[in-house]
Amino acid sequence: MILLETTKLTRAYGGVVAVSEVDFQVREGLITGLIGPNGAGKTTLFNNMTGLDTPTSGKVHFNGIDITNHSAHKICRMGIARTFQNIRLFKELSVLENVMVGLHFTTGKSPVTGRIGAAFHSYLRAREEYELMHEQAMKWLNFFHLEAFADELAKNLPYGHQRELEIARALATSPTILFLDEPAAGMNPFETDSLMKTIRRIRDLDITVVLIEHDMKLVMNICDTITVLNYGQNIAQGTPTEIRHNPKVIEAYLGKEEA
Amino acid sequence: MGSSAEFFQHLMNGMTLGGIYALIALGYTMVYGILKFINFAHGDILMVGSYIGLFTFDAIRGQTLGPWTIVAFFIAMLAGMLFSAGLGMAIERIAYKPLRKATRLAPLLSAIGVSFILSNMAAWMWGTKSRKLEYPFDNTPLHIGGVSITPHQILILIVVIVMMVSLKLFVDKSRIGKAMRATSLDQDTAKLMGIKADRIIAITFAIGSALAATAGFLIALEIKVYPSMGTMTGLKAFVAAVVGGIGNISGAMLGGILLGLLETFGVALLGIPYGLRDTIAFVALIIILLVKPEGLLGKVEKEKV
Repeated sequence: MILLETTKLTRAYGGVVAVSEVDFQVREGLITGLIGPNGAGKTTLFNNMTGLDTPTSGKVHFNGIDITNHSAHKICRMGIARTFQNIRLFKELSVLENVMVGLHFTTGKSPVTGRIGAAFHSYLRAREEYELMHEQAMKWLNFFHLEAFADELAKNLPYGHQRELEIARALATSPTILFLDEPAAGMNPFETDSLMKTIRRIRDLDITVVLIEHDMKLVMNICDTITVLNYGQNIAQGTPTEIRHNPKVIEAYLGKEEA
Repeated sequence: MGSSAEFFQHLMNGMTLGGIYALIALGYTMVYGILKFINFAHGDILMVGSYIGLFTFDAIRGQTLGPWTIVAFFIAMLAGMLFSAGLGMAIERIAYKPLRKATRLAPLLSAIGVSFILSNMAAWMWGTKSRKLEYPFDNTPLHIGGVSITPHQILILIVVIVMMVSLKLFVDKSRIGKAMRATSLDQDTAKLMGIKADRIIAITFAIGSALAATAGFLIALEIKVYPSMGTMTGLKAFVAAVVGGIGNISGAMLGGILLGLLETFGVALLGIPYGLRDTIAFVALIIILLVKPEGLLGKVEKEKV
């Protein structure tokens, strides 16, 4: 089943067309890879699917609902989460608090309706709410074996752990689909291996994963399906084997062979 | 009076004044933390809150002093706080939010405009004559070891401490407080965590304005209420926020109290003429900007590339 889909999505910045009429599909339960040379428009496509940016034209559908012009917080609340290429943690908050921020809206659901009613309700059970968030947050830290760092400031974590924390924070919003923007960037081979295992464990939680990645070993290993962008256009999609042998893809990465 | 008693006397006076500055400075610093914008109408929101508190108190206090008087005092304070909170949110919605994507100068000018509108409206509606809060209770000073403390000072200190502690707990511990800190650190990412950033900004304005109204009502207890009262008080509290490190909540508290102490001790011990009292804050501002521009508890912000 197609969980998320873009139709003829275009994003132009003035005269520069970053993404041009891209049709991109994400199937439920699969790990989808989005690859392409630098500047191919991968992150722009991510931004337009997660509400950080709005397409110039074209549509984004999630579960059949048109989310093209939805704001970022609304899209998040529908079940779409993401991480960033250049890690964007709340650096001055503790590791635990970062994850707790991810739990913000799921914990905030109040049986009392109306803003003022809900505010009072939240005030009355502030401690209960805190304990609930704490428990949930620790669950996600345990998932990444980060529990020992809980009270550390996020900015003091080693690089690899910062990447993991960003994923933990995204998972805390209980997404059905998780976008990872270059999760292995800057990681050593050992960290990359562990990341691969983590991504599989996330898939096993029934979360659909979409990732942008330059590390071909990782992409070819864990992706069920791959889409290739080049100059803002979708040039190929298929299984890792198909992609590896696709002449258009080889050309995009290595340049055209002289006759 | 011995010299140590004299010292404690000034300390007490300085703390009371400083506590009031701190309450106001918190509003500046919280709004700056989240929007990188100075709400120059903050002092005038304080003024409106003081008037509403004063009117409410006059309406419900009754004729005789008694236990009801102090209850009425707090009800009036609460009324001022609620009104100011609503006013702060409305101003943000009408005069600042539409300008969020405009140049940085635009909301600043809008704030100065709002400031003038509020103080002129107040003068027009309520007159320019200053008013005083009728004493809610006997204000005969108590003498403790040579230091004379008025019951009003004690009340002010209690209110200030309660407000600061609850604010700190709210921001550090509560779910909304965490969302506030997250939004001030990175608004886009906060939105991607499902946080309604606009709602958080509105709440920030509400809290800051309510704290300002509280401070205004405490000023009404000690001094007077008049339409332009927010200007100098607001400016000094802004200085306090900068001295403490703008954007930093503990910094605003520290800056406010330091400024109160500096003004009191400056006049009493350093012999600065009383007429120059209002300049102390600005001299302190210039010194801090030269020596530690990020403020006492502020962090140096590295330019992002």
